[in-house]
Amino acid sequence: MNEIVTPQSLGLSREDLPNSYIGRSVPRPNARKLVEGRASYTDDVDLPRLVHAAFYRSPHAHARIVSIDTSAAMKVPGVVRVFTGADLAKVCDPWVAVLAHLKGMKSAPQYPLPLERATWQGEAVVAVVAESRAAAEDGVAALAVEFEPLPAQVDMETALSPGTVVIHPELGDNLVFTRTAETGDIAAAMAAAHRIVEATFHTGRHTGVTLEPRSIIADYNRADGTLTVHHSTQAPHMMQNVFATQLRLAESDVRVICKDVGGSYGIKVHVYPDEMAVACMSRIMGRPVKFIADRFEAFGSDIHARDHRIKGRLAVDAEGRFLAFDIDDLTGIGPYSVYPRTSAVEGNQVVNLCGGPYSFPNYRCTTTVVLQNKAPTCQYRAVGHPIATAVTEGLVDLAAEALGMDPVEIRRKNLIPDDAYPCTSPAGMKFEGLSHHQSLKTLLDMVPVDRIRADQAEQRKRGVYRGLGFASFIELTNPSPFMYGIGGAKISAQDGCTVRMDPDGSVVAMSGVTEQGQGTEAILAQIVAHGVGVPVSKVRIVTGDTRTVPYGGGTWACRGAGIGGEAALLSAIALKEQILEVAGAMLQAQGPSLDIVMGEVVDKATGQARMPLSELGRIVYYRGDTLPKELSRELVQTRHFITKEYPFAFTNGIQASWLEVDVETGMVKLLEHWCVEDCGRVINPLLVDEQVRGGIVQGIGGALYEHCIYNEDGQLLTTTLADYLVPMAAEMPDMHVGHVETPTKESLLGAKGAGEAGTAGAPAAIMNAINDALKPLGAKVFAQPFTPERILKALGTIA
Amino acid sequence: MKWPAMGYARVESLDELWRALDAAGPEAQILAGGQSLLATLAFRLSAPSTLIDITRIAALKGVSVAGDVLRIGALTRHADLARDALVARHAPMLAKAAPLIAHPAIRNRGTIGGSLALADPAAELPACAVALGATVVLAAPTGERRVAASDFFQGLFTAALEPGEIITAVEVPVATASSRQTIVEVTRRSGDYAMAGLAAALEMDGAGIVTSARLVFFGIGSGAEVARGASATLTGKALSAETIAAAQAALDGDLDPPTDLHGGPEMKRHLARVLTRRALTAFLVPSEQAA
Amino acid sequence: MTTRIDITLTVNGERVSRSVDTRSHLVDFLRGDLGLAGAHTGCEHGVCGACTVRLDGEPVRGCLVMAASLDGAVVETIEGLSDSGEIRDLQEAFVARNACQCGYCTPGMLVTAADILVQSPEATREEIREHISGNYCRCTGYQAIVDAVEDVLKARAAKREAA
Repeated sequence: MNEIVTPQSLGLSREDLPNSYIGRSVPRPNARKLVEGRASYTDDVDLPRLVHAAFYRSPHAHARIVSIDTSAAMKVPGVVRVFTGADLAKVCDPWVAVLAHLKGMKSAPQYPLPLERATWQGEAVVAVVAESRAAAEDGVAALAVEFEPLPAQVDMETALSPGTVVIHPELGDNLVFTRTAETGDIAAAMAAAHRIVEATFHTGRHTGVTLEPRSIIADYNRADGTLTVHHSTQAPHMMQNVFATQLRLAESDVRVICKDVGGSYGIKVHVYPDEMAVACMSRIMGRPVKFIADRFEAFGSDIHARDHRIKGRLAVDAEGRFLAFDIDDLTGIGPYSVYPRTSAVEGNQVVNLCGGPYSFPNYRCTTTVVLQNKAPTCQYRAVGHPIATAVTEGLVDLAAEALGMDPVEIRRKNLIPDDAYPCTSPAGMKFEGLSHHQSLKTLLDMVPVDRIRADQAEQRKRGVYRGLGFASFIELTNPSPFMYGIGGAKISAQDGCTVRMDPDGSVVAMSGVTEQGQGTEAILAQIVAHGVGVPVSKVRIVTGDTRTVPYGGGTWACRGAGIGGEAALLSAIALKEQILEVAGAMLQAQGPSLDIVMGEVVDKATGQARMPLSELGRIVYYRGDTLPKELSRELVQTRHFITKEYPFAFTNGIQASWLEVDVETGMVKLLEHWCVEDCGRVINPLLVDEQVRGGIVQGIGGALYEHCIYNEDGQLLTTTLADYLVPMAAEMPDMHVGHVETPTKESLLGAKGAGEAGTAGAPAAIMNAINDALKPLGAKVFAQPFTPERILKALGTIA
Repeated sequence: MKWPAMGYARVESLDELWRALDAAGPEAQILAGGQSLLATLAFRLSAPSTLIDITRIAALKGVSVAGDVLRIGALTRHADLARDALVARHAPMLAKAAPLIAHPAIRNRGTIGGSLALADPAAELPACAVALGATVVLAAPTGERRVAASDFFQGLFTAALEPGEIITAVEVPVATASSRQTIVEVTRRSGDYAMAGLAAALEMDGAGIVTSARLVFFGIGSGAEVARGASATLTGKALSAETIAAAQAALDGDLDPPTDLHGGPEMKRHLARVLTRRALTAFLVPSEQAA
Repeated sequence: MTTRIDITLTVNGERVSRSVDTRSHLVDFLRGDLGLAGAHTGCEHGVCGACTVRLDGEPVRGCLVMAASLDGAVVETIEGLSDSGEIRDLQEAFVARNACQCGYCTPGMLVTAADILVQSPEATREEIREHISGNYCRCTGYQAIVDAVEDVLKARAAKREAA
């Protein structure tokens, strides 16, 4: 396994192995359409008889729907039809988002549009379909909906208090899920500790803000009983199953087409009631219905994430060795667990990941997941990781300070040794092979720590406060069915790829993973070119159409390269073997004595060209009569791949942030940022590096800017891009990315995921850097986002 | 959201404008650069019956100097302010303010007249106009009138514009050797509305005595907030660390900031003090700055 | 109330005449009336920059311009800038640097970046960052975009020097 021959591994130049593409910075072949404005996003699709949907959304956090008067709306020019929850429930079954392996988890049935009550401000209540989006909005404005406002349960801290509003009375209380993981003896460890440090952390509720909003066109064709859905989604096959199941259709009658997607980051992997409503309306009307969320709708109805309060304690001995982590996590997830991944996974990940990079004997972590009348939360990029990393790394820095140790030294002392693998973490996570120490070493080669510390000391004399912060992290990638499938969710952990040679020797590969901009199609083309032996320019990739590509899970949890890439490699190798078998028959040579290089069949030993693939294709497809009768000649091969040995392929890394705090204004200026990560085999450094940087910037967003702010009545206050602050170019630092490669042995390719590493570690590094900067002033911050107001409060400048 | 249905009319002279306004009725609104107005349509916060496009009225364009007055036509865009040589020379505060407004694409459309008419409490230009002692030139079918900028802004998104009246120009007293002008602000991100901002205009005589001072804050109240107490503490005194501290201390009596998403009154007052020191320190003679 | 206005304008070098809805902004008009889908709407309230196109030679927010006001205007979109070859080097640099991922912001980002090439041919990295800071990109870390623009500025400067 893992014996991929690259020029590097053989000590050769690229010219010696011209079609070795693994590890090369090949520009994305599909990037040109993006820079020329020739991509095709869902809103770019137009269909005959298309109508447009808009939604009346609840103005209340919690209210009973008393009546819906549609008469005025129906008179608005252009309005075609109005739908209520009851109308849609006739064609669509409700769903309940629980996973069987999350013991005791509960949630309420959810419909496309609610039947009796609205449970968050922004929930779609009534749908209007019209000739244009503008007319549909006019129709919404003309609706008369009467509500009886109900008390709202907004604060997660009081969700389980006696006498609180129970959002779904049939559930008995607002508790969705709780779990405690415990290893060793926490009480004894705490009693024996030299020092115990503790803090309460908050991560701010934030959201993904895909620049292309959620977009869907559902087109039910009564004539042939098929539902075709153009969808901006990460998981076309999962959505195919959901549409089929909920709308009572056969899976083969549902086709989900996903062309270009304008950003997803986890936002577009969930079942949204308003999108289900679109499918229902098309099912009823028998014509295509388009819904493109606008930015207000996005803020109020895209999933939110990371609304956590975490109390943490870390016990250390006198030498700075970690004895015990004791963590208590509370998270509010809105009124429903989100289908089908559920909203308990983020809290569960906190339990799985706290303390993750370190070796220590005692662990206790509890998560408590509760309902509230706010927008539902669910999985968003780096699910749970930035929370667990902030808590862990924040406590580690507190311990270092308490002991007078250097932050690097305390990490070096406690990080899991690089030769300790395979091993299992106190939280029960199985690690196949990580590289914390090598990553730390690589980072320290990049970060000029001595120069930075000297500058820091010098600047402090001038009243300028700069800080350097570190954060080690682990990241869960390449998930097996242990993540969702085991709990009963129809979410595929396997993925497939079909690779086909066309008559002229060019190659088409169809993959179940999807392109969201991260470069999936580029790396698949590299892998297939490498596996078959053709120039990458001869490979065309097809993704995002459930009718044509092999069944797969799509893009989530950093599985595209590791799972989809391996399926592509296996199918490409299978095609190569088949081609060589045919070539052997044609050239009267043994297959193993031949090879394919840059689209030519060559003699393996001498490299001498024997036949171009175009000639082989011509004969197979047009002159099959000249080949031996018994020769199999399928120049198309399909392979599927699933991980088998480990539930997840963990990756690791470490980040560092160097910043300056303006202690008068509380503003943070990011000066420089570093990240070393180990995603196993790097297929394309160009793509991985900017993926990591983009991830860091989303982490920076959570740390400094992004916050879905609700008032005490459950009204969302941050409903525009002027109020909800996303990171922009001017404030972002230059980011240096380094790699350590520990390939997973589960696959030939050895790739793990890379897309979430940046987001996992950045907030913790920034928090630690701010607290390092503020150390001489005795101030610390633990509540994200670290706004000027919070920093000024920590400094005692304001109350 | 999509804009509500509305009418549209384009006019090319003030006479045409008066006729169009008359025809369209009281629910019509003037469209200049549209960078705020059209956004509010997308929020469905306003629903004008008709938008009357004045961007082609030549009389509202151009920057000129006559005597000791810099006349800035109402349709002068923020991008023009940033690069106009007359503005840079005679009203450096405006040249400095323009790049702080949003981003290049917005500055290519947004106009000074539109910004003043909107009277957004977080906007830079209304505060600049007050600090500079500008005069807002207004026109109506009945004729022209001039209103001091300090009287023009009347509170949250409220200006002293009569129905059917428009801003034609802003007149700014030209800066002299004794003028000291600056604008400073605290924003979360470049181009954002300020959490707090200060437009400061001082006149200082040859001996370094402040002969007049106007400290005008934005982003911390219901409009361009003149810090009268702080301004008064500076007047008649030599600018020094002590007088700056006195001005800072006086701000508490001047400002009554509301809470917004960035923070409460105490933080806003604190930022106002910080901005006051930062703005005024730049006017100290170098030896004082070092101290 | 007249809700349709006749306009004649130049789009990507071609003269077009249409009767447009007064409630259409420039991007609605380009996408809906002309089939030019390269400009995208990301917020429709003037903040995100995805709809940035060139109007009378300058970048503007397409969502904050009334289509009805465009009689006589000259509009250039990513399609026209691609066809003319004016920003070929910038586009190639974006591809080479992986300065676009999902691509939704890219046409607007390119129009803004093209403005830097004209307005500030000697821009520093900080000035590039400042100039594009009204264009939101959620995928990249902005660094690849800054790198790409910087590459083109340097290449064009070298070309000028050689000439």
